[in-house]
This record gives sequence, structure tokens and C-alpha cells, in this order.
Amino acid sequence: MNKIITMQAALERISDNATIMFGGFLGVGTPEAFVDALVEKKVNNLTVIANDTAFPDKGIGRLIVNKQVKKVIASHIGTNPETGRQMHSGEVEVELVPQGTLAERIRAGGAGLGGVLTPTGLGTVVAEGKQTVVVDGREYLLEKPLLAEFALLKAQTADEKGNLIFRRSARNFNPLIATAANTVMVEAQEIVPAGSIDPDDVMVPGIFVDYIVQG
Amino acid sequence: MDNRTLIAKRVAQEFKDGDVVNLGIGIPTLVADYIPADIDVTLHSENGFTGLGPADGATDPDLTNAGASLVTCKRGSAMFDSALSFAIVRGRHLDATVLGALEVDEAGNLANWMVPGKMVPGMGGAMDLVVGAKRVIVAMEHAGKDGSAKIVKKCSLPLTARGEVDMIVTNLAVFHVRPEGLVLTELAPGAELDTVRALTAADYKVAANLTTMRV
Repeated sequence: MNKIITMQAALERISDNATIMFGGFLGVGTPEAFVDALVEKKVNNLTVIANDTAFPDKGIGRLIVNKQVKKVIASHIGTNPETGRQMHSGEVEVELVPQGTLAERIRAGGAGLGGVLTPTGLGTVVAEGKQTVVVDGREYLLEKPLLAEFALLKAQTADEKGNLIFRRSARNFNPLIATAANTVMVEAQEIVPAGSIDPDDVMVPGIFVDYIVQG
Repeated sequence: MDNRTLIAKRVAQEFKDGDVVNLGIGIPTLVADYIPADIDVTLHSENGFTGLGPADGATDPDLTNAGASLVTCKRGSAMFDSALSFAIVRGRHLDATVLGALEVDEAGNLANWMVPGKMVPGMGGAMDLVVGAKRVIVAMEHAGKDGSAKIVKKCSLPLTARGEVDMIVTNLAVFHVRPEGLVLTELAPGAELDTVRALTAADYKVAANLTTMRV
């Protein structure tokens, strides 16, 4: 199976109203070429799931500025004033999720779990409307799994099989979202032949990856 | 010595050899500069690594702290994804976390992530850090710019976590949160009990062995 496709072919698969998970932490490890292409194609009414909405001119922040997003699920929006503005004006719905909870909800989605039990958020607005569970005398919040139609990742290296390596703090949410979407597409800085990556060095096994685009 | 330096220097005395610590943005970040040279403290960065180093000489766009500033990593550093990063946070593997606050109260409740109707940046990793770290140290200016108290009877802003704060270090004083309530244990050099009283809206006891901060 040939997983290497052009950006144009990749974008043909994403339509208006899609739910997309993005890798990246304040723009570090974000697949910027995918963001460029989504901006150019003007794909609209997106639901985006990501750690944050980065900056107005960096990361997925540009999708917000261009008003292509109807809902954001993220842990932080403070570095992109436009997200806050659109939230207050009602143009964008924002669900704020504690960062560790967001990571675990995505992991649970990708791992076939019915959710996770976390102490994070107890006694705060995060707990409102959620079920609590007591285990061995300690209270936890039940946080439900997250899944998406698409996951868009940035990797340093992909081999032809889709095995991935990330660099430094650009890893962040990328390995997690690879497990939790129907279609997983990777923007790779370099694409190498199968066998070039030592199996022990693989950070995301290629079985999770559907398509690879040259970054 | 300016207030921020004073606070950072005092907080830095709290660590011991071998500790794993997370420092928040702002005054907490400055603490790193004053960790005694004769102890080995590993700094955790919630975007996915241990061994956070200084910003001086940082040039790698794939290596930032959780505030998106370029940083270095120390020898012996380790990189990981966001789920593992918050397993460290929640799983009692952090000896301490140092954060700023908008309000802290007598019961050790902390509010530091939003002001309804004004500022809603999102909680990022703060809720997980405060719930999960073995010790929670609040490092902040004692009062707001307008002289309003930040150490209060009961937080009025939305909480970050319930009853998790252990210690408060300000430019005027050090408080410990104990089962019986707040205890003032140290005064900053030159600070008066009357000044602390006037700028604190919480009830607290003055420790019998009240000392002066050694900074």
C-alpha cells in the first residue's frame, strides 16, 4: 500500500463540517503545511481538537482568524486573542479541557476505553454536569473519550510504512491523536524508505498512519 | 532586591537534591535561576520533557517551554508525549509545582485561570499540576496592583483546584496552609506585621517562631 500522497490529494478527503485533531503545542509540532492548505481551500465549519489555538499567525490559530472553525476543544486559548473574541461574540463554541485530561480523553478514544477517571477538575467548573466515581474512598471525575474523523500530525521522519519519529518538544499530542481518528495523515519533514528507522526508535507504529505528505 | 527576585530566591530554597519540579510562567520561571548549585533538581516542562534548561543560547524551534519560549535542554534530558507528561504530573511523580495566583484562600483553594467575562485563557496544565504535585507552592506579589488582597477568606473567582495549596511565598511573607488554617511563618526583610495584616483578607495565625526570610 502506497501511503505517500500529495497535499492536494490529502485535502480532497477533508470537507466542510469535519472534526479534526491537530498535533502541536503553541505551534510547535503543528502540521503547518496542512493548516496552509486548509486555509487556502477555505474548508469551513470545522471542529478542532488540539492543545491550544496557538497564535493568530501560527499553528491552527490561522484557521480561527479566518473563521473556518465552529467549535474548539482545547486546554488553552489565551495566546490567540481572536479565539476569545469569537467565543464572546458567539461565533465559536469553546470547550476548555484541562491539558492532562485532554491527553487522556484522546488516549482513551484511541485505546478503546470508555473514558478515564481523574481527580483533575473536582470542585471546579470542569466537574459541572459530569459523573463522579469513588474508587477505594477517593473521588474521581469520569471524563469521556474523544475521537475524530481526521488527525493531522507533524513528524520529523516518516518511513514509507508510516512509522514516525518526532523531534524534541514537537512530539506533544502527535502520537496520541494518531490513535484516535478514522483517517490519520502526517506531514513529514523527511520521508525515508521502509527499514531506515530502527524498530526500537519508532515513536508511532506505521499501522496508525493512513497517508504521508512531504512537509 | 526587586519583589520578583525576592520571591524567586525564597521559593528556590524549598527544593532538595533529586527533586522533580514544574515551574509555571512568570515569577515561577525565575525560580530556576536561584536553585542552589550543589543540588540536582530536574525541571519538568508540561509540553513533554524533563531536563528543562535556560533560555540563554536557545536556537532550536522544536524545543520550547510551555510558554512557547525557546529553551535549551540539559544533559540527561528526556522527551515524551503529552499523556506521559501528565502521567508524571498526576501520578505523584512531581515533588513540587510552583504557580502564580489570582486568589488563594484559607482552605488552600487556588484560583488562577480565569476572570469571568474578562479573561478566559483556559487552564492549560494548571488544574492537573495543582491536583497532582506532592507540594503546591504559590509564588506571587502579595497584593494586586491596586492594593487589593489576593490572600482571601474564600476565593471568589472560579477555582483551579480545591484545597491543594501547601505554601504561599510573596514579597512580604511566607504562609503555610495547615489543617487548622493559614500560618504566617516568615516575614520578608523589612516587612512589618501590620503591612501584611492590611494587605491580607484572610484569617491567619502568626507562628510562635516567626522568622525573617533568609534571601
